[in-house]
Amino acid sequence: MNNNYVLACIDGASLTTAVCDYAAWMSHRAGAPLKLLHNIEHRPQAAVADLSGSIGLGSQEELLEELTRVEQQRNRLLMQKGKLMLDAARERVVSAGVADVEAWQQHGSLQESLVELEGSIRVLVMGVRGEEHQEGQIGAHLETVIRSLHKPVLVVNTPFSTPKKIMLAYDGHDASRKALDMVASSPVFKDIPCHLVYVGDESTATNVLNDAAKVLQSAGIKHELVNLPKGKSDEQLCHYQAEHDIDLTVMGAYSHHPLRDMLLGSFTAKMLHKTRRPLLLLR
Amino acid sequence: MLLLSKKEDWLGNIRGDILAGLVVALALIPEAIAFSIIAGVDPKIGLYASFCIAVVTAIVGGRPGMISAATGAMALLMVTLVKDHGLEYLLAATLLTGALQVVAGYLKLGQLMSFVSRSVVTGFVNALAILIFMAQLPELTNVNWHVYAMTAAGLGVIYLFPLLPVVGKVIPSPLVCILTLTAVSLCVGLDIRTVGDMGELPDTLPIFLWPDVPLNLETLRIIFPYAAAMAVVGLLESLMTATIVDDLTDTGSDKNRECKGQGIANIFSGLLGGMAGCAMIGQSVINVKSGGRGRLSTLFAGVMLLTMVVFLSDWVSLIPMAALVAVMIMVSIGTFNWSSVTGLKSNPLSANIIMISTVVVVVWTHNLAYGVFVGVLLGALFFANKVSHFMYISKDMSADGNTRIYNVVGQVFFNSAERFNAGFDFKEVVDKVVIDLSRAHFWDISAVGALDKVVIKFRREGAEVELIGLNEASETIVDRFGVHDKPEEIEKVLGGH
Repeated sequence: MNNNYVLACIDGASLTTAVCDYAAWMSHRAGAPLKLLHNIEHRPQAAVADLSGSIGLGSQEELLEELTRVEQQRNRLLMQKGKLMLDAARERVVSAGVADVEAWQQHGSLQESLVELEGSIRVLVMGVRGEEHQEGQIGAHLETVIRSLHKPVLVVNTPFSTPKKIMLAYDGHDASRKALDMVASSPVFKDIPCHLVYVGDESTATNVLNDAAKVLQSAGIKHELVNLPKGKSDEQLCHYQAEHDIDLTVMGAYSHHPLRDMLLGSFTAKMLHKTRRPLLLLR
Repeated sequence: MLLLSKKEDWLGNIRGDILAGLVVALALIPEAIAFSIIAGVDPKIGLYASFCIAVVTAIVGGRPGMISAATGAMALLMVTLVKDHGLEYLLAATLLTGALQVVAGYLKLGQLMSFVSRSVVTGFVNALAILIFMAQLPELTNVNWHVYAMTAAGLGVIYLFPLLPVVGKVIPSPLVCILTLTAVSLCVGLDIRTVGDMGELPDTLPIFLWPDVPLNLETLRIIFPYAAAMAVVGLLESLMTATIVDDLTDTGSDKNRECKGQGIANIFSGLLGGMAGCAMIGQSVINVKSGGRGRLSTLFAGVMLLTMVVFLSDWVSLIPMAALVAVMIMVSIGTFNWSSVTGLKSNPLSANIIMISTVVVVVWTHNLAYGVFVGVLLGALFFANKVSHFMYISKDMSADGNTRIYNVVGQVFFNSAERFNAGFDFKEVVDKVVIDLSRAHFWDISAVGALDKVVIKFRREGAEVELIGLNEASETIVDRFGVHDKPEEIEKVLGGH
């Protein structure tokens, strides 16, 4: 466990600097080394398109030659671009005081790389959207990545500010119970006051919250118990977050089957859309 | 599992896939018609098959961007079935072919492709190109000069039109060829054969129907040999095409899913009144060249093919056969692996022999499966022969002159067992023989038998034999099969002497 590192996904989007800062903070707090990863994704779009529809002697070989040439150029450029990004990112985290940094590039989809590396990831830090997305959109990979990994994922959506207050969205179910244990046991959240928030009826709230409070109590974490009235949980939480100046929200993620989420909408997806502050998602 | 696919497989390349699908559909129409004629059925059978197979493989296939439809390789296998028993038996055989391929997919037989060497693949591809070309010859024999002129003009259009700036790269030249030749033949009023003369074209969408054959063993006896051959050839060509598309697009594919997908496609084809088919090398290359990468291009090609044919069937029937022949000659030339000919000089002789044998056997038998069988067999023999050279036995004498030490290095198996025996000198009189096997590999019981013979022979000559350094791999085999330390087995081994 101690060999595991904080992994930051660098993609050159506007959020990259924030990703670096949060990753540096994570690495510093957790006392874990930091790795910066940049993926050169192979696009499904064709590099060459010739609609003449005719094939002659040696067409296959020529086509292979041509495709190889074009893709080589394209990937060279991407590699160089990625190296520059990684260099900038490394400089930034080093100046933020992280000593143990490693940067590397991989070919292929981010998700595949992450699944391969999963065993040695402690926390994954990535931006909420990639370089091609508009403000307010969610990155295309985000959900697949979060669903395929079983490690904490810190989703970054704003410039860095040192977390001074965190909120734990708690509903008493398995995923949020795990989130609670993590907050209680991790060195990252020591000395950071935690707002334990439950959305629902008061009658059940007291029990659930008191149980959870004991866990935080024994870990010596300052906490506040909050019961928000029943309603749209995502809106309530985001509202509370804004009102109380919460810097970071911790919650369990995608605990339901994808099919159910497709029909009813996923709470995690809604939170990702609405929240203005980073989310730490636990699977 | 078969219906699962990544979103980007469908929607990752929409514009490229749609355009490529259109180009492919235009080239698929003449092919489907031509292959129906080879098989001896109405063009609509091939067109329905191409539609079905393209659409179904787009959804359940394992290789996005590969084009499957009615093919020449399959059509050639069904000629006698259609001639002797009729269309309904062909549909039944198509169903059975699909079922066999699905079973092959679940048994993961796709992995057997690793035994098919590169030389066999190029031989297969070249043989296929030659067969497609030869299938055009009936259209070019006993005809007047108009047909030759038309065909030559068609080929000219196909290969010269893409050289035109701008339009050449945007309008598919096979389409230009077909349109020009049709227009010319209509205007001049040439009396040459047209697609309409070759049989019925589809005027409706395909309908579901169960083949009208008696369900008994007699039927099975008739269709099984055809279905088995078609299943094998279909999978071979599909997996080879998948590899070619893998190489061209630098992406991977699921070969076992492809086997199942081909099977399901053929089952649908048989039920909707189509013939069996498989992946097409030429069309897949055209697809990739036109920018098709995803599942969408295959689906769109199938849908456009049927749409065009159903709504334009009156026009399609006017296309002169010469135009189709020109397109098919292009496909056969494009399928041919040209580098295998230019590489004949630089490739090792064994590779050339395998490639050429595959071609010759296929062209001779019109069955690609036989060619691949011969190619794989030759490949195995050449390999065994090559590896058997990796063995030598060196001799040493101990200081006192009484002990002979043999040092065996390399691979000992059925093919090198003879040479292994010959490496020992039994005439020499020594007290003790040491055979050092620490750098030898014993692969099979032939090797073990050879070692036993050597040991026994030395013992009979009065020498004491010691085996040292039998590495673990060899030791297990010797333990299991060895007899040299069991007296009652000795007579058995030497019984033949």
